[in-house]
Amino acid sequence: MRSITIGESTFSCQPDETVLETLLRGNMQVPNGCRQGLCQACLMRSLDNSPPVSAQVGLKDTLQKQNYFLACVCHPEQDMTVALPNQQGASIEAGVIKKQLLTPDIVQLILEYQSPFNFFAGQFVNLKRPDGLTRSYSIANIPLAKNILEFHIRRLPNGQFSSWVYDELEVGAQLTISEAQGSCHYLPGRAEQPLMLVGTGSGLAPLHGIIADALAQDHSGPIHLFHGSRDLNGLYFVDEMRELAEKFDNFHYTPCISGEGIESDHVQGRAHDIALSSTETLNGWRVFLCGHPEMVNQTKKMAFMKGASMSDIYVDAFHVIQAEK
Amino acid sequence: MSDSQETSQTLYEKIGGEAAVNAAVDIFYRKVLADYRINRFFDNTDMDQQIAKQKAFFTMAFGGPNNYTGQDMRNAHARLVKMGLNASHFDAVMEHLGATLTELNVPQELIAQAAAIAESTRNDVLGK
Repeated sequence: MRSITIGESTFSCQPDETVLETLLRGNMQVPNGCRQGLCQACLMRSLDNSPPVSAQVGLKDTLQKQNYFLACVCHPEQDMTVALPNQQGASIEAGVIKKQLLTPDIVQLILEYQSPFNFFAGQFVNLKRPDGLTRSYSIANIPLAKNILEFHIRRLPNGQFSSWVYDELEVGAQLTISEAQGSCHYLPGRAEQPLMLVGTGSGLAPLHGIIADALAQDHSGPIHLFHGSRDLNGLYFVDEMRELAEKFDNFHYTPCISGEGIESDHVQGRAHDIALSSTETLNGWRVFLCGHPEMVNQTKKMAFMKGASMSDIYVDAFHVIQAEK
Repeated sequence: MSDSQETSQTLYEKIGGEAAVNAAVDIFYRKVLADYRINRFFDNTDMDQQIAKQKAFFTMAFGGPNNYTGQDMRNAHARLVKMGLNASHFDAVMEHLGATLTELNVPQELIAQAAAIAESTRNDVLGK
């Protein structure tokens, strides 16, 4: 008999029973719906072994890779330790080793960690300062031999956390970071597929990591990055991206400025408009969208209507937490 | 394949099973979102969740494995009925179902069978 562990509790899975049935019989609160592997309400993650492939049918490939599965159709093949999507795993400590302004509005923060830490470029973590205030930020680098994490943090008007990072956080300070989360990241396997990446402001952070990851894994198809901002203060890494485009024939970079009357040599217009009008069809493309929630949601729909398969669209919408009064 | 095997194959298997469902949902959902008569019922929703629901719908219409009861269909669409969902909207969805399967070169007789299954949910969907 297989055992299922969730949090502090362990249950025996009866023969023919699914993980969902076992947990519900044990009076665990587990969201569920259709109970036939379709509605995805009972999505959960295996923390130790890979779940049976049959329990991952229909899930986004990035979620499959992270061992997510549907409990209602999972007949365990071995003992499993599982967690619900909103259950946080272990946190680790990381120290600030570098802080520098990329533009007057965006600061680059580099943290170093000692404990083992796994992530995919493009995922996000929750950064927690000593008094407990926590915000989510995307990781901008790929996993390297050096144990570092890079973040691009935009200063928000009245942003409690971002203002603190700007004004007070110093090199040497310690932060707590959650495990990496999110399904907006690159997976190898379809190397010749064209990629379109659209980001606004610090939405470049996850895209920067995803591009580095794709190139490091020898992605051979064209990679088109469109980075947009209202004004020049939101556009950064312009030289670095241009150098990357010089170095890799398949990488193409289009910086876009949407504000009126700004003198620059960048393309005039909103990044997602420029991106969508740059190609006849998105049939067969992989699309990554990061940044402003409205841009992300609108563009997701437009990319789908333009031919991208829903399973090939990866998004990370940056929702702003309203400052508490 | 002998005749007896052919007749024992379910509609779901004949249409192409899960692969056919996956091919159909993107095409169908694009048609629905582009249709001004009904797209308001599909707007403002999580698109990935919508796709999961469309898969459930197609699996059911193909006579595939599903546990949906009439009551489930009523509950799932009650919010939309409040928004004004009526027979003309149901007709529009049926139209897109047929067009999608035609586009995928599903034989007309199988399309008719799938349409009949979808049609059988009309009263439950519309809360009649």
